[in-house]
Amino acid sequence: MFNSPLGNSAPGESRSVFRDIDWFTVILYLVLVIAGAFSIYAASYKFDDASIWDFSQFSGKQLRWIGLSLVLGLFLILIDVRFYENYAYVIYGAVILLLIVTIGIAPDIKGSRSWLVLGPMSLQPAEFGKFATALALAKLFSSYNFNLNASRNNYFKALTIILLPFVLIILQKETGSALVYLSLFFVLYREGMSGLVLLAGACAVTFFVVALKYSGTETLGITTGRVIVYSMIMAILVLMLALYARCPREARNLFLAYAGTGVVVMTLALLGVPVPGNVYFLCAIGGGVLYCIFVMLHGYSMRILVSALAAVLSLGFLLSIDYVFNKSLKSYQKERIMVTLGIMDDPKGMGYNVNQSKIAIGSGGLTGKGFLNGTQTKLKYVPEQHTDFIFCTIGEEEGFVGSTVVLALFLILILRIISIAERQPGIFGRVYAYCVASYFIMHLAINIGMVIGLCPVIGIPLPFFSYGGSSLWGFTFLLFILLRIDAARRERPSY
Amino acid sequence: MRKDYNLEPRRYIIGGIVVAIVIIYIIRLFCLQVTDSRYKEYADSNAFLRKAVYPSRGIIYDREGRLVVYNQPAYDVMLIPRDVKSFDTIDFCNTINITPEQLRKRFADMKDKRLNPGYSSYSPQSLITHLSAEEYGRLQEKLYRFPGFYIQKRILREYNYDCAANVLGNIREVSPKDIERDDYYSRGDYTGDMGVERSYEEFLRGIKGAEVLIRDAYGKIQGRYDDGAHDRPAISGKNLKLSIDIELQQYAESLMVNKKGAVVAIEPKTGEILCLVSAPSFKPSLLVGRQRGANYIALTKDLDRPLFDRAIQAAYPPGSTFKPANGLILLHEGIISPSTAYPCSRGFISGRLRLGCHAHGSPLPLKPALQTSCNAYFCWGFKAMIDRKSRYGSHAEAFETWKNHLVSMGYGYRLGVDLPGESRAYIPNSKVYDKVYGEGHWSANTIISVSIGQGEILATPLQIANLSATIANRGWFITPHVVKEIQDTVIDPQYTERRYPTVDARFYPDVAEGMRMAVTGGTCRLANLPGIEVAGKTGTAQNPHGRDHSAFMGFAPYDDPKIAVAVYVENAGFGAAFGVPIGSLVIEKYLNGHIADDRKYLEERMLQSNTIQFSGTKKH
Repeated sequence: MFNSPLGNSAPGESRSVFRDIDWFTVILYLVLVIAGAFSIYAASYKFDDASIWDFSQFSGKQLRWIGLSLVLGLFLILIDVRFYENYAYVIYGAVILLLIVTIGIAPDIKGSRSWLVLGPMSLQPAEFGKFATALALAKLFSSYNFNLNASRNNYFKALTIILLPFVLIILQKETGSALVYLSLFFVLYREGMSGLVLLAGACAVTFFVVALKYSGTETLGITTGRVIVYSMIMAILVLMLALYARCPREARNLFLAYAGTGVVVMTLALLGVPVPGNVYFLCAIGGGVLYCIFVMLHGYSMRILVSALAAVLSLGFLLSIDYVFNKSLKSYQKERIMVTLGIMDDPKGMGYNVNQSKIAIGSGGLTGKGFLNGTQTKLKYVPEQHTDFIFCTIGEEEGFVGSTVVLALFLILILRIISIAERQPGIFGRVYAYCVASYFIMHLAINIGMVIGLCPVIGIPLPFFSYGGSSLWGFTFLLFILLRIDAARRERPSY
Repeated sequence: MRKDYNLEPRRYIIGGIVVAIVIIYIIRLFCLQVTDSRYKEYADSNAFLRKAVYPSRGIIYDREGRLVVYNQPAYDVMLIPRDVKSFDTIDFCNTINITPEQLRKRFADMKDKRLNPGYSSYSPQSLITHLSAEEYGRLQEKLYRFPGFYIQKRILREYNYDCAANVLGNIREVSPKDIERDDYYSRGDYTGDMGVERSYEEFLRGIKGAEVLIRDAYGKIQGRYDDGAHDRPAISGKNLKLSIDIELQQYAESLMVNKKGAVVAIEPKTGEILCLVSAPSFKPSLLVGRQRGANYIALTKDLDRPLFDRAIQAAYPPGSTFKPANGLILLHEGIISPSTAYPCSRGFISGRLRLGCHAHGSPLPLKPALQTSCNAYFCWGFKAMIDRKSRYGSHAEAFETWKNHLVSMGYGYRLGVDLPGESRAYIPNSKVYDKVYGEGHWSANTIISVSIGQGEILATPLQIANLSATIANRGWFITPHVVKEIQDTVIDPQYTERRYPTVDARFYPDVAEGMRMAVTGGTCRLANLPGIEVAGKTGTAQNPHGRDHSAFMGFAPYDDPKIAVAVYVENAGFGAAFGVPIGSLVIEKYLNGHIADDRKYLEERMLQSNTIQFSGTKKH
């Protein structure tokens, strides 16, 4: 299984693995990792002259982790590509075991039971669950004649692979890390899952946020949030009729009906006539659904029914949001969400982190205060500044320009991974690559979204920037295994 | 190869989602970092602690370069409300010797927007001022127990000669009004109050500096921002050199102990005030430090009004010290010549009007009239002027002419001394009499008492001294002032320019000679010093408050005057009783440096006597 470095695994071929490595990605990786080390140095710099190489400082320790990562990366590339494919389930099984063990033996660190302490080091197995899950999912999809939509059983298998580590990590009280696994729904989507699932997910999140964010004001006798969500449901119904069910005529009729009655209702409301908003919107949506059923009975496709169903489900979802929010979330989660949505303003308590991180970033201006010149991060106004809130340092010291460059580098990396995925000859490589891309998308969206106050505060690291060996190693595993698989794309015939 | 070409376009959906997220984030960053400037301010108020650096206040010297007022360190307890955590109040109060009630009140006052318009929970606020060195030491040791508090070093005044309170003034904390008027000040700053501390505040205070310190999230100071590049050093206030001779001032104050009144001495050639005594006075050191408030209230409640600067604020009837001024006007207007004589039959008798005088020869010309302080002479002269309709057209016109001469000599308006609160005293104009008696229904006889410095005429001791200086100069004066030099600065030109009254200079020698005669053989014989030719004029002013006021004005030496004085002692009787002795002692002290042995008795008598007991009592 362990072939020579120059990879003469396929008889008759002697291509160097280093010739086919995607050097563009390697360079991106190096740029991000080095920028990360400088950010950590800046974040933990204390106005004295500790050198970036000082191994007692965070930056020094991170440099050591980076060195080890490069060795690890080289090692991962030298392993025969078939190892990953053949042993995918074994690796997955081992990591799952490790996650279970962790729940039992990990000490409680700030309420989290996810760290394994090995002498001077602590490791977070959840970070290694990512590549293992990706390998297992890739293995599943590449199994002979596997088709996601062929049977419900296949969905069950895929969801089991995804949700097993998700549940285990939730049990470790690392909700943030667990949420990352949900990004693998992107992979399912790419491999055939209906886009309606993604759309439903997006709608659910949007409805939730809007309904709560605008729950403080009233319009038409109900909260503004509800009015907006009702209107969105009506818009979705019209759009689905037009684009999904492909009935433009019916969609136009419905649109005209909604627009007409909407104008009448708003006019009446502006004239001071009390209009019962709930009654109007429920009648409008109910009428739309009945219209859809009526149209379908005249011999159109099932898709119209799906559209109507979407509207009904959305309505049900909206009506249960209050219930869900008040019963199913823990109070600190509720608070975090409320603060992020701006419903609750508490700059001293829960909102302190976000408020201070916005101040740090906002004070950076266009070009920033300059490397090591940030005051907010240096003076510890931003909590967790070298880990989850590392982006603050970049925002403060490098300004809008620097932040945008970092975002752009991540965007390029993710698009590059997608393009690598699509050039894979086999399904294994493609699925694995999409898993890697999904993880990066989720980390980027949640971490930076949280720091700039667009997402709830969910503690997950920014890849390559946040301090910590486990996170760096986790992403190194992900990326270098991908590079190894990609380097082998010409080694064997596609099947 | 098993590729599902239907699904491949989904890469663009996924890629599109990523691009959308990144674009939304970039827009958000643009809003936070570029369009919204609030975050920069928040960050600055987080990280920077702007601390004022107080300059040392200018030091005050007397005309001989003797140190009069200097600085001593004081310590104020400051706090930044936002950073104050709950602390052991009892321990804090015990450390600096205050009661918890006082502390509570201080906190309430500090947060009261009316008392403290500049209150902000982010900026330094002054809580307790003027800790003693001992309290400072104790608090400094325990300061770590009181997060948010710090100690600001300030300066207080220290007095080398505990006198001249009215001239020197003092310093106090700024009031909300001061802060509103001048944005240099912030709460807890000091400003001059009364005296030169007030009138030269802008020179003495210097310019505050600032220190920008870096403060971390726990409120700990991490050092100077940018190695102090944004700090502004404090610029020290300018030193003042007074024209006051502090030892003469001290001496004159001692002579005025237990008396009410004023002593003003001016160097005629320069207008420099040598001493400016108001009695009763108080020690300037009373108004320093934390006891200032209580002492100040006690002084305001004192019925003898020690805070009232009688030298420049009191308007007294000048009495006979006014006669030289009247004589000058009559000479200038040609009403009299030096040889014109008027009769005195133990008073001025005109119709049914009689104004008494004392025994002396009659008739008599100007100089003997000044020598003997003849009331009748100046009444006749005044009557001759006011009633000369052929020349002035009316009594009113004549009176206006007379009044304008007086105004040009510095009466009736503020002289412009460089001290706050100067009174203009009072010289009536003809309209006042028109109003009282009706237009055309009054004449010289109606208002005859003004001719001898009684009636409506009022003057400050400073104005009387200024007349003396004008006669000493034989016809000009320089606006009296107490500050001789300001460090690195030229004093206001109004204190170096000569002012010429409208009376022609050629008439002054006659008046001066009359005043000389008063000393050698008239009412001021006690001022006849061996070796110093003094010229003088007594005044005995009737007043509605009891015994006559005793006044004196004079100058010496006669031919080359170096000092002109005015003395005014309330309810002390004849001018010769207190005015002349005190005036002559001040002159002798200033010119000779000591009091001759045969005059020690006089000095002793002045030091011992008490006239304050007569204030407000009936005539004896």
